[in-house]
Amino acid sequence: MPEQATPVLDKTTAAPAAPVLEIRDLNLSYFTRAGEIPAVIDFSLDVRPGEAVGLVGESGCGKSTVAMAVMRYMGGNGRIMSGSIKFKGRDMMTMSEEELRQLRGSEIAMVYQEPMAALNPSMKIGDQLAEVPMYHESGISYPQAWERAREMLGNVRLPDPERVMQAYPHQISGGQQQRVVIAMALLSNPSLLLLDEPTTALDVTVEAGIVELIRDISQQFGTSMLYISHNLGLILDTCDRVCVMYSGEVAEESAIREIFTNPCHPYTRGLFGCIPTPGKDKNAHPLTPIRGQLPLPHQRPDGCNFGPRCDHFRAGVCDHGLVEMETVDAHLNHRARCRRWDEIDWDNYRVESEARPAMEAGEVVLDIKQMQKYYPIYDRSLTAVLSGGSVRYVKANEELSFEARKKQTVAIVGESGCGKSTFAKVLMGLETATNGELTFNGVDLADKPVQKRRKEMIRSLQMVFQNPNDTLNPSMTVGQAIGRVIRKFEIERNPHRVQQMVLDLLDMVKLPRSFINRRPRQLSGGQKQRIGVARAFAGKPAMVIADEPVSALDVSVQAAVTGLLMDIQAEYETTLLFISHDLGVVRYLADRVVVMYLGQIMEQGTTDEVFSPPYHPYTEALLSAVPIADVTVKKKRIILEGTLPSVLNPPAGCPFCTRCPRKIGQICEDVPPPDVEVVPGHRIRCHIPVDELKDVEPVIQIAADA
Amino acid sequence: MTSVPTDPGPADSVIPRRQHPALRSIKAIGLIRESWVGTIGLGIVLFWVLIAVFAPVLAPYDPTQQIGPLLNASPMSCAEPGQRYLNDQGIATTDGSECFWLGGDQLGQDVLSRIIYGAQSVLFFAPLATACAYAVGIAMGLLAGYKRGWIDDVLSRIGDIILSFPVLVLYVVIITAFGPSDLNIVLAVTFASAPGIMRIVRGLVLDLRNRDYVGAAQTRGESSLYIMFVEILPNARGPLIVDACLRLGYTTITLGVLGFLGLGLPPPDPNWGNLIAENREVVFTSPHSTLFPCIAISSLVLGLNMLADGLREVSLKD
Repeated sequence: MPEQATPVLDKTTAAPAAPVLEIRDLNLSYFTRAGEIPAVIDFSLDVRPGEAVGLVGESGCGKSTVAMAVMRYMGGNGRIMSGSIKFKGRDMMTMSEEELRQLRGSEIAMVYQEPMAALNPSMKIGDQLAEVPMYHESGISYPQAWERAREMLGNVRLPDPERVMQAYPHQISGGQQQRVVIAMALLSNPSLLLLDEPTTALDVTVEAGIVELIRDISQQFGTSMLYISHNLGLILDTCDRVCVMYSGEVAEESAIREIFTNPCHPYTRGLFGCIPTPGKDKNAHPLTPIRGQLPLPHQRPDGCNFGPRCDHFRAGVCDHGLVEMETVDAHLNHRARCRRWDEIDWDNYRVESEARPAMEAGEVVLDIKQMQKYYPIYDRSLTAVLSGGSVRYVKANEELSFEARKKQTVAIVGESGCGKSTFAKVLMGLETATNGELTFNGVDLADKPVQKRRKEMIRSLQMVFQNPNDTLNPSMTVGQAIGRVIRKFEIERNPHRVQQMVLDLLDMVKLPRSFINRRPRQLSGGQKQRIGVARAFAGKPAMVIADEPVSALDVSVQAAVTGLLMDIQAEYETTLLFISHDLGVVRYLADRVVVMYLGQIMEQGTTDEVFSPPYHPYTEALLSAVPIADVTVKKKRIILEGTLPSVLNPPAGCPFCTRCPRKIGQICEDVPPPDVEVVPGHRIRCHIPVDELKDVEPVIQIAADA
Repeated sequence: MTSVPTDPGPADSVIPRRQHPALRSIKAIGLIRESWVGTIGLGIVLFWVLIAVFAPVLAPYDPTQQIGPLLNASPMSCAEPGQRYLNDQGIATTDGSECFWLGGDQLGQDVLSRIIYGAQSVLFFAPLATACAYAVGIAMGLLAGYKRGWIDDVLSRIGDIILSFPVLVLYVVIITAFGPSDLNIVLAVTFASAPGIMRIVRGLVLDLRNRDYVGAAQTRGESSLYIMFVEILPNARGPLIVDACLRLGYTTITLGVLGFLGLGLPPPDPNWGNLIAENREVVFTSPHSTLFPCIAISSLVLGLNMLADGLREVSLKD
């Protein structure tokens, strides 16, 4: 279909053009062993030319199913029960497979979460890209197609497109791969681009670059976009309009800023209460998790799906029939699926959780001095053996020095490959340090693997793991899993008392006692993570390492688990070592922050010190990259160029010199930067004089009227 | 499908009793009904199991009883009354009631009875040999996959060497070296199948050992033995059960082949391979005495394969 690309629209013009995508009253179900499961209910949406619409919601809310329905990839067990999907006025429901195939790829393109899965690993990127015009446009020659592809790679701002065209997918980084996928999607000049969590698999600094690219797409190409994400901050950065979905339905829909300034649905409000924005603070303004849980698709209540979790629920009003969308503001097309939206008095409604006193840090529990962890890589090729250079080292941790005190929360922040997980392994005794000291409660653990540690030592140093689906053994019940820890650490042997202790721990993590006989597959992600917390605290440890404990959870669950972790920490007076890449969560709960890059500590200090100038240039870039779901926050934009250097061959000088926007010259490349103490406890490793760094304006500014 | 309660309240202190593991596995077997292939497979296998269990009741004759007049008799034939023949007690006379439904073999034994008793033999030795092969293969695979390093190198290379021989050669060498006996047959099957099982287990372990719950066990100082057998092995059981069904089929064939080659259980034993071997000389004149044991073997193998297919199909559904 050689159709002219839709001209770029000035979005302020009053007369709206005919929508590119028009979804009306869509109902969609999956059929499984348990019977029919409605996945999307009463869904209507218009996407106008050049408009970017965000679909946001927690896992299982049906947002990806909508995208699949638009592509008409329903799988074997999905079926559209009623409603219509029109693309440029043509009904997609009546199209044949052949017509749909024509449409997909050329008129509607999709970008998925995993770039590597979208690219053919055995084909050069240039060939893969050139295939698109070859397939969709008749009469184009291969050199022309190649040229078009190269041009497009330039448009998605890939440096050195010529080299990328000749590369195989595995030879470029994840961020570059995602740019290639986006280029591939844009090559056929689609009218509609579906983006399903396109940056979730990427690091924040890389994500920032992709987000900026996505934002420019509609301006540059006039492409309409449907952007699916769980992250409201990202949606705010990229979209014009947003649909908040909850349990298969649209809860609220509006122009983007309106949602942030005037949310009408209690769920939207609740969601904002769960996001650790800069105004939140673990002691003075704690997060307010939404109580209860997402209902399972076949257990949705009658009436409002959010009813059982809503503070404004009124019997007789909210608990019967299908709740229709009601118009809040016709001009902004602001609609909410709530029968009481205009009755709720938001100004006088506060569910601030109780503020609590800040904890005084106690004595030093963990003291790390000059710790190094190198992994040898043996090159067994003949040339390497002959030249003597057969061993190289991956410098996973280089000279780590910091301390953690009793009752303190220390966060280690960094992107993938910065060595934070290696550090956790050394601390837990799964690896031993190559050099340096690692003193925990007065005992040096640097060269003691877990087998050589005393039981008492193991008991007092425990860990909460990242992936809720992996953290519990699927073939053990909750009682067996926690009970094993109690018996292993010889806290109790009597079966009845062990069971009693397990029940107490379940109470502690606020799970029902009946869960003792459940298996992990019968639990939700948040519940599994709570069990993981209970297991770590079963032996009353002095220190708990939490490796990204909430990053795989939904926002509302994240808030609840974070709150729980802090409550237990306060009760047990535990030191918490919180490993994370999410600066929002870190700012919210950490007392001290350690910023790592390529195995080295770039900056450390109290949370306030690290989050305000003087910054290390890397900290500054990291702060600017994090999307913030708050319209009152103004943020400086720093996009890092280039990719992370290989840990096998790090720069001789400052590890950050290859991407640093504030690089001052050759010295950065050749000389390792000095560790400068700005104020006692706040250290920055940078060549730039501290006074100069102090003059940097803050990355995040909260508007005065907030 | 699971139910997740909406609001955890501390009030519900009632702890439901845990289901007995045996009850849960019976329920799991019940799921096979969702696959018609699996259901038929399970039916065939159960059919043979019942035949083997009730062989003494079902078999019309002693499997080694020879009735001369019915030598190579065709199916559904009866002896004419008054014929004299030799048996253990001396000379016997037929009274006309001697009928061989599936005919007689070339020693005048009842093919049906021999097949029925042969089911006992095959359904005892095939699972026994497979279980032994699994015990060895799982131990090797767990060690190789969990410990990695030189242990993995050594075990994997040993496995590769064994797998590089044609299985039949291995069987012949082992059994001729140690002599044909039930124990040596089990030994030969174990030796030849364990490396293949080790490869499967090792692959599964390589994936499972990186799970966080294994990390959790390591960080609380659990022994390698505990981690391998309690944390890892139970989670590898799905693919292993499917593989075990297939392998049980192969072992059934193997026992048949060994019997046919004269390396199986020594003669009067009525195992199916022996039946075919004994009667192969008369295969053109009285094919029934080889045909029915063949059908018995292939139906059991087919049943086991269908069961494996069904298990895989059911396990992939959600």
